[in-house]
Formats: sequence, C-alpha cells, structure tokens
Amino acid sequence: MDSSLIVQYGPALLRGFGVTILCWAAGCAIGLVLGFALMLLRQLPIRPLQALIRAYIEIIRGTPFLIQLFLLYSGGPSIGLRLEATTAGILGLGLYGSAYFAEIFRAGYQSVPKGQVEAALSLGMSYGAILRRVIVPGMLVSTLPAIVNMMAILTKETVVLSIITVPELMYEMQTMAAETFATFETILGMALFYWLLVEVVSRLGRRLEARVTRFLSHSSNARA
Amino acid sequence: MTAVSEAAAPPAAAGDAVPMVSIRGVGKSFGTNEVLRDIDLTVNKSEVVCLIGPSGSGKSTLLRCVNFLEVYDRGDIRIEGKLVGYTEGTPRRRQSNRELRTLRRNVGMVFQQFNLWPHMTALGNVAEALVQVRGMDKAAAAARARQMLDRVGLAAKADAYPARLSGGQQQRVAIARVIAMEPHLMLFDEPTSALDPELVGEVLQVMRDLAADGMTMVVVTHEMGFAANVADKVAFLDHGRIAAFGTPREVFHESAEPRVRQFLQTYHERNSF
Repeated sequence: MDSSLIVQYGPALLRGFGVTILCWAAGCAIGLVLGFALMLLRQLPIRPLQALIRAYIEIIRGTPFLIQLFLLYSGGPSIGLRLEATTAGILGLGLYGSAYFAEIFRAGYQSVPKGQVEAALSLGMSYGAILRRVIVPGMLVSTLPAIVNMMAILTKETVVLSIITVPELMYEMQTMAAETFATFETILGMALFYWLLVEVVSRLGRRLEARVTRFLSHSSNARA
Repeated sequence: MTAVSEAAAPPAAAGDAVPMVSIRGVGKSFGTNEVLRDIDLTVNKSEVVCLIGPSGSGKSTLLRCVNFLEVYDRGDIRIEGKLVGYTEGTPRRRQSNRELRTLRRNVGMVFQQFNLWPHMTALGNVAEALVQVRGMDKAAAAARARQMLDRVGLAAKADAYPARLSGGQQQRVAIARVIAMEPHLMLFDEPTSALDPELVGEVLQVMRDLAADGMTMVVVTHEMGFAANVADKVAFLDHGRIAAFGTPREVFHESAEPRVRQFLQTYHERNSF
C-alpha cells in the first residue's frame, strides 16, 4: 500500500465522504417527511388519493433506484426539470426513501392500539393533539428499529449517486482507482468508510431506541 | 374530593327537568345485523344506571353511542338536552369534530382495557387533557393531576409508567384522568372485566365513592353485586333491546321476564362453587 496515495487523494476522499453524508442526511430528511405525509394522506377516506399513493409506493419499491435516478436526472430535462447532479441525487434518494418510510409509518400507525386513541377522543382531544401526543410517540416505539434499518440501507444506496456524477465518496474513489490503478486500496478504503457510517447510524439508533422505550423497561411482573 | 363534588353537583336552579341522558328510539345495525333496536332510556342527574345482560346483547355498543365513539343510525341520544353526534332538524347531518369535542368534554369514559398512554407517567396521563383540552398551563395541570391521583389513592405512583402498575392501579389512574376533567357524566365500559379478581374491589370502591359524591354514571358491568348495591336503576339488555328496566330490586328479584331469570341463574351458577 502506497502511503503517498493518501496524501495525494486524502482531501478529495474526505470531501467525497462529506458529500456522501450530506446526500444521505438530506435524502433521509426528505424521505422521512414525505413518507410521513404520504402515510397521513393515505388515512383520508379519499379513494383516488389512496390509489395514487399506493401506486407511487409500488412503483418506487418495484424499480431499481439506479433507474429512478437516471429518469430524474437524464429524463427530467425532457419535462423541463433540469437539476444539478447533487440536487437530483438528494431528491432521488428522498423520493426512494419516502416509499419505504411511508410503509413503515403505516404499519406503525396501525400498531397504536385503537383504545388509546378512543381514550383521547373521549376526553375531547383534537386529532392534531392525538397525533402529536398519542399516535406519534406510540409509532416511534414500534417503528424505530425499521426506520434506523432503512436509514442504514440508504447510506449504502448513496453509492449509486456516483453514476450521475455526484462527487460523493464512490465517485472520488473511482477517480482515484482510475488514475492510480490502486484498486485494492480503493475497495478496502470504501468498505471501511461505509462500514463506519453504518456503524455510527446503528449505534445512534440503538441509543434512540433505548430512550423512546425506557417507559417499557422494568415492566416488572405487574399483571392486569 | 372537592373537585369531584363540584363536578357532580347539579346546578341549583333550572335544568333539573332536563335529564342527563335521554335515549329515544335508538337503533343501530352492522350490515344486516341489528345490534340495537328501539332503545329508550333516561338517566337523571346523579343517578347510577347499570347496563347488564349477556355478551353480544348490545350494552357496550349502546354505551359507546352515548359519546358517539359508535355511530347510531336511528333515534336520538341527548346529553343535557343536546343531541349527540347529529345536528338538529331534518335531514340531520353529522356534527363537526369541533362540536363533538365540545360535547365529549363533559362526558368521561372508562374502558375495559384502561387505555392509558404507555409513554406517559400516571401523572402525565391525568394532566394531558387538562393541558390539551382545557388549556391549563403545565404546572397547574400537574398540581391538579396530583390531587386526582390522591383522590383514587395513587399519589405515591404519580411518576410510575403504566407498565409498572397493576391492572387495578391502571384503572384507577384512568378514572383519575376522567374526573380531572370534571365531567357531568361518566360512562364505564366493563371497568373491572380485565382485572384479576383480587383487584376488582379497589376499582369498585372508587366507583362507589364517585356515586356517593353524586356523579351521574352509566355502567356496563358483570358485577351484579355492584349493580344491586350501588345502582339506582338497572337495565337488562338482550338481543339489542331493553328486556327489563327498574330498580335493582325490581330487576333482580321481581322481574318475571324469563330471559332475566335465566341470565341471573347462569350468573349464580358460575359464581358458586
């Protein structure tokens, strides 16, 4: 392994790593917000809207992310949507994630016992208050592992963004490999970076889980 | 103690003629299955009315219609003269959510499964609606919640999450959550059915205290002892109809209605050993 490579390409790789994290974080944020909104809209008793959202979710989940990204970036201009590579990458990642997050949230919404909502209704609480104070906290408990899992998956999906020339880690690594033929170092370095990122995400996730489920711990053997 | 008495005290002047709950000709169907048929029932202020009957007789459904958690199809339900769930006049329309909320503020409900919010402490459960519905500030709501927990004998458990409480304690917290809102009327949907036998007594005691303080209560129950000793009126439901109605004495001892006799006999057999 040639250490001069690190000096030469280090800054570019670090920049790439930064771009990867930026795309991932922004993509997750868009995915989570949009996914939650889709889940809520789907609760409305409007059949065409429900069908539309279901179709969106099925299409996103049924096609490769790579193709979605191509469509958005290369096909976008033909309908007047001209996006810069990084913007397209972030948006694509967000749209991709939103379909999965919407499904996770839907399962979470349904997992909140109906009785807890009825108790809130019977006390005269508004739907907004019930959503904020009863449903979302309940959902968080049941869905957090799945949310963290999806976020970890999305860290790895960011490599696809290199295809549309987003200067993220994969892109910088490929540049380095092409210029130096140091293929082994490149692949090893990449694996290390992504593993590090996934590890950090899942650790944070575990911490968060412990936090939101603390009221369930020490449930003792109190019986009904 | 004081808050409950205040809530339960009927207004000094006027209004005494208007019943707390008036149910007239109420019917409901799930598809072709008629679960409630032509129900008439009046509950006056400070009365305790128990709904008894075999499972599937419609008593829980009727109770849930009173605060419109369940939609009834025919007839009228009025609370303090105000129509529940529908606008006055014909053709009638469903009330807006806002109107329903206003109505529900005065009607507390206690559920078989307690339905506490597991992510909030006992105190948090009781304080929540005070903040969200009554608009109290957090400190005042917490202080009031503490009083209410004290009222049901659980001041020491204020900071415990529901998962750490026994079923009887959870149900008492659920009752505290309701009485904190100073309801004019309380609905109980089999409040002791999910409890181990040794925990039933503590919940019934709290309910007895409420009744003694003059709270108007409609109670769906299988506790015949409670119905016999605490209720002013007992309604026996069977196949969606009120098959017998009267004082506990009239229903339990003097009713000639064969279905009532059979139900009570089954009950006695099950509870003797």
